[in-house]
Amino acid sequence: MRLTVLTAVTALVVIVPILELLRRRQLREKYAVLWICVGLVVLPLGFFPRLLDSLSGLTGVASGVSLVLFLGVVFLLLVCIHLSWETSRLEEKTRTLAEEIALIRAELSEREPAE
Amino acid sequence: MINNRRVLIIVPAWNEAGSIGDVVREIRGELPGTHVLVVDDGSADDTARVAREAGATVAQLPYNLGVGGAMRLGYRYAKDAGYDVAVQIDADGQHDPRYVPKLIDGLQDASLVIGARFAGEGEYQVRGPRHWSMVMLSFVLSRMARCKLTDTTSGFRACDRALIELFAAWYPVEYLGDTVETVVRVLRLGYRVSQVPVAMRPRFAGVPSKSPAKAVLYLGRAFFTLLLALSRR
Repeated sequence: MRLTVLTAVTALVVIVPILELLRRRQLREKYAVLWICVGLVVLPLGFFPRLLDSLSGLTGVASGVSLVLFLGVVFLLLVCIHLSWETSRLEEKTRTLAEEIALIRAELSEREPAE
Repeated sequence: MINNRRVLIIVPAWNEAGSIGDVVREIRGELPGTHVLVVDDGSADDTARVAREAGATVAQLPYNLGVGGAMRLGYRYAKDAGYDVAVQIDADGQHDPRYVPKLIDGLQDASLVIGARFAGEGEYQVRGPRHWSMVMLSFVLSRMARCKLTDTTSGFRACDRALIELFAAWYPVEYLGDTVETVVRVLRLGYRVSQVPVAMRPRFAGVPSKSPAKAVLYLGRAFFTLLLALSRR
């Protein structure tokens, strides 16, 4: 019973910031969808932690809770990989912008040579 | 104009205020009729002002991108301004501009011409892991190019219009990517690469890195860069 209280509270703590960020439009849609899905998985599991026990039996994992833990780690790893990919793309974009600025500045200084 | 071709000399510079002035003046003196573009890669010192006063056009990046980043900017400039040939020269004075006409002559039967040490001219020496990296790179890339390339990490190179257009759109930022990976990609696309022996001079200012740990790291990076480059299509 105490475990259920812990997981339920955790689920709520996870859900609230997601909803708040979505409400304030601080997350791009692609991330919003991802995190809503996470919320939809976390919420029922928080209130009924034994929900996955039958599935864990099928996959040979001792309990549903450890299955959730395992899937959670895998999921977080994937999110991290995605974020490094995303920052690499952003760096490429800022690089292009930096070049653009340098070209514009060079062109300007050529047009009006310093006296 | 050299041999009726519009030539742009691209000099990537990062905190090279001590040498850039002399480098630019020397290029302009030795190669009249070429245009010098100094790409100031987010320097904290006076590089841009010194280069401008020496008579170069300066493109200033707002922050440091690395040699590859500076070079792509140089090639974009060359592409937009319609140059036929772009020559890359280091800002530390190691590259002697008197070899540039030789590099440009080499463009008659290759799209990329590398000014190479260890090819008979000069007495540049390297030992240890750094030497092994160069042997490995030169072995693999020479086989790909079907001609001897002894110094693929050299930043002294000339390329023609086709490669200016390629490099304006694609030029790796990563260290070593800017030299090794470009050669691999250019060969894969079916362009010819050749080399011209050059003698390198001591730098006008600044110090080269000599730590053995760095040399080992360099070997690792060279190997990694080469493997990645070869795995790409």
